[in-house]
Amino acid sequence: MNDIALIIPEVTLLAVACATLLVDAFVGRQRPAATFWCAMIGGLVALGELASYVPETVRFAFAGTYRQDVLGAVLKGFILVLVLVSFFYAREYFRKRATPHGEHYSLALFATLGMMLLVSANSLITIYLGLELLSLSLYALVALQRDSVKSSEAAMKYFVLGALASGMLLYGMSILYGVTGTLDLSELLIKVSVSDDKRMLLVFGLVFLLVGIAFKLGVAPFHMWIPDVYEGAATPVTQFIGTAPKLAAFAMALRLLVDGLWGLAEEWHQMLIVLAVLSMGLGNVLAIAQTNLKRMLAYSTIAHMGFMLLGLLSATASGYAASLFYITVYALMSMGAFGVIILLSSRHSEADELADLTGLARRSPWFGFILLILMFSMAGVPPFAGFWAKWFVLKEVVQAHDVWLATVAVLFSLVGAYYYLRVIKIMYFDEPLQPAAIEGGQDIKLVLSVNGLAVLLLGLAPNALMSVCVGATLPYLPWQ
Amino acid sequence: MQLDLPLLSTVIWLPILGGLWVIFTGSGRRERSVRVDALVISIVVFALSLLLYRDFDLSTADMQFVELKPWIAAFKINYHLGIDGIALPLILLTTFTTILVIAAGWEVIDQRVNQYMGAFLILEGFMVGVFCALDALLFYVFWEAMLIPMFLIIGIWGGPRRVYATVKFFLYTFMGSVLMLVALLYLYTQAHSFAIPDLQAAQLTAVEQQWIFIAFLLAFAVKVPMWPVHTWLPDAHVEAPTGGSVVLAAIMLKMGGYGFLRFSLPITPDASAALDGFMIALSLIAVVYIGLVALAQQDMKKLIAYSSISHMGFVTLGLFAIFDIFAGTSDWQAATMSIEGAVAQMISHGFVSGALFLCVGVLYDRLHSRQINDYGGVANTMPKFAAFMLLFAMANTGLPGTSGFVGEFLIILSVFKASFWYAFTAATTLVIGAAYTLWMYKRVVFGEIRHAKVAALTDINAREAAILTSLAALVLLFGLWPAPLLDMMHASVQHLVEQVAQSKLSVAAHE
Repeated sequence: MNDIALIIPEVTLLAVACATLLVDAFVGRQRPAATFWCAMIGGLVALGELASYVPETVRFAFAGTYRQDVLGAVLKGFILVLVLVSFFYAREYFRKRATPHGEHYSLALFATLGMMLLVSANSLITIYLGLELLSLSLYALVALQRDSVKSSEAAMKYFVLGALASGMLLYGMSILYGVTGTLDLSELLIKVSVSDDKRMLLVFGLVFLLVGIAFKLGVAPFHMWIPDVYEGAATPVTQFIGTAPKLAAFAMALRLLVDGLWGLAEEWHQMLIVLAVLSMGLGNVLAIAQTNLKRMLAYSTIAHMGFMLLGLLSATASGYAASLFYITVYALMSMGAFGVIILLSSRHSEADELADLTGLARRSPWFGFILLILMFSMAGVPPFAGFWAKWFVLKEVVQAHDVWLATVAVLFSLVGAYYYLRVIKIMYFDEPLQPAAIEGGQDIKLVLSVNGLAVLLLGLAPNALMSVCVGATLPYLPWQ
Repeated sequence: MQLDLPLLSTVIWLPILGGLWVIFTGSGRRERSVRVDALVISIVVFALSLLLYRDFDLSTADMQFVELKPWIAAFKINYHLGIDGIALPLILLTTFTTILVIAAGWEVIDQRVNQYMGAFLILEGFMVGVFCALDALLFYVFWEAMLIPMFLIIGIWGGPRRVYATVKFFLYTFMGSVLMLVALLYLYTQAHSFAIPDLQAAQLTAVEQQWIFIAFLLAFAVKVPMWPVHTWLPDAHVEAPTGGSVVLAAIMLKMGGYGFLRFSLPITPDASAALDGFMIALSLIAVVYIGLVALAQQDMKKLIAYSSISHMGFVTLGLFAIFDIFAGTSDWQAATMSIEGAVAQMISHGFVSGALFLCVGVLYDRLHSRQINDYGGVANTMPKFAAFMLLFAMANTGLPGTSGFVGEFLIILSVFKASFWYAFTAATTLVIGAAYTLWMYKRVVFGEIRHAKVAALTDINAREAAILTSLAALVLLFGLWPAPLLDMMHASVQHLVEQVAQSKLSVAAHE
């Protein structure tokens, strides 16, 4: 019974996901709003339950396969909020196209359940379970627009590459299990740090694990799926993939590498440096060549994830806090950027080409301004949240005495600034081709405005979110 | 009367909030009322900054009007403001220049007026923030945030190649800044604080100082701009609208010099001493070579832009010659004079270059050309304008009695004590500067009227006359009576020189 008490939010979410499916099947055809509100209210209930119980110390459940701690609670909270906000955008997108879309919500909720499992995993099996639940839901989400060739291609690609990555991950896990004889991360932690004789084999397993993690995070050289999936999927699906699952992938990295394989920190530190530098380089340079906004944002994601990894490899509690802060802020910015695409799109146009933004500042000064905030924030220019995210990570890198790495990172950010500036140039300096005003529901306009202003507000007063991130990763202190 | 208002915060945030208000309420209103609002806000801000001057204590080098509030408590980052005698004149220059810029854009800007006026007000707030910040991160935030309005000003209201110019401007400055950020983070690991006084007190080895100095140098040299990272400036100036050029030349360039004064010299004194020959060489190249480049320009704005680089070379010369001056005289008093000369030169250059860009703006508004060859004989149709421009041209050449003379004279006089050849090379600019400025003046203003369009020119109106008169008065005031300016900064500069004189290397580490 005690075990069940710990996973009440997850149980609720499962119930809500199933209920949403049923509501959609029986009521949703006549009243699409019913499905939306079912998912929304259910999600809010789960969020409330999550907030009502934040454990002070780590609690384990189900024979040690599941852990509940502050980091888990914080991450789950962020994930749920991001998912629920993305529902507003999704509703707007499908409303404009007048297509039935109830499955979107239930699949997204199943994916969320997977993310929450992943965040709280304390065993290799739970990690795999959560990851597959997440991934399979995402494959289905991408494929949801079955009439679109692009979407189907993207889904196929995502599925094949994703299955390959899962296989790699599983292979790495099997090696770890073979060496240590345990699936439990806490036991793994102890066994790995004492078994010096089998270190070679463990590192071999680690490599495969890292490939899996890198794929899910979308860092180079395992990034190939990102641009195609981002471009091919319907914009709200891209938005979904580009926000909450990043947090889950971060949690997976933290659980596996720090909770389980801290003994191999020296090895994964080196590997993460390579992944981070490659991602920042490839992502930023290739983004310059893109003419499709979604594709550009895809490459920008790769670069951002590389930057985020820098915090992880500093291997200190505040380094993890920096990464957590970075990825949260990134998710918020990315949410807004895709939100603008959704707002601009119409029944006949996806509005995902850079040219579609031409003269946006004239067509709609306010939403031009919102996208301006988001772009400068992604480029890391103060006073926006993105600056503090970069600052926090850089501070940890410098404190870990990797000044050269910080220099490389800022120089790649400089490259990155170019394509963000280009978006602003198109919005502000070019004359609009179509002087038409923007059509969109009041709700999405409000959500998007709040989203953009949150990025500004977090830039002016980052203290609160930073404190939350520092507090969430504090339990990692004793090891260092 | 003592106000309880946090004066520095007001001078920073009033224009920013006012600017936002103008932008968001101005789109539906009549343009005239938007302009009036912006002008009123800028005048109120200037009046408030005059209160700073009134209540400023000249006798101390301590930071005044200090405000200290925790900002990001977890990392001891504070909202920490305060000014000394170096920051105050620059703040006054900023608030004053903004009024002129808003007045100068009165009729010329007819597109997106509210955004134009708002952008300049927001820019003003950020610039004042740079000069007030006593926390390195707060400084950095203002320093970078400033790029955003300027980027938009050049990009939206600029000339035909505005996109190229503004992206170049942004990326150049951004490059320098991000390296400065890494240096600041490194300093944090040593000093465990971002407070500028703590950073100044941090003990650093010679190698650390040199790396930090180089990172700072990249940030500040781009802004000054020093040769060879100056190439963004002519492009930005040529493409920017008049107001943008004025703010760039009058204030933004000064931030580089201010950065050297606030960061490089006190935080890395030993590296500054070790690399001073390099800095002096770059400065002299800027003074002489860029002066010669200016001579060859056909575009008035480009000519003044190159003249700015050359004049700012004087500033960096004055700042980094102090070590040789001390070596030559064993007297830090002469070094103080050199730095005072540099700051006086910055302020004077603010007036003079701003005024010259406004003069070019006056011509450009009428004829829509900046080419020297399109003019000639302007004095015949615009006698009042010709008189004003003559004064500013003379000030640009450093004629005694104008503000341009004070700084250049103090610097050359001090540098003589370091090396005759430094002073000799620097002094050649008096010839080159006179050559390019007066030659341009001659070709534009004197001679026969060669184009029908010039014959149709109308002289300056009351608004333009008011702007130019106020600048002319200041140029003459500080030229004839520079004492108030020098008194303002004296204590602070003296304190700075004492800081620089104190090596951070312990004797053991040195040997």
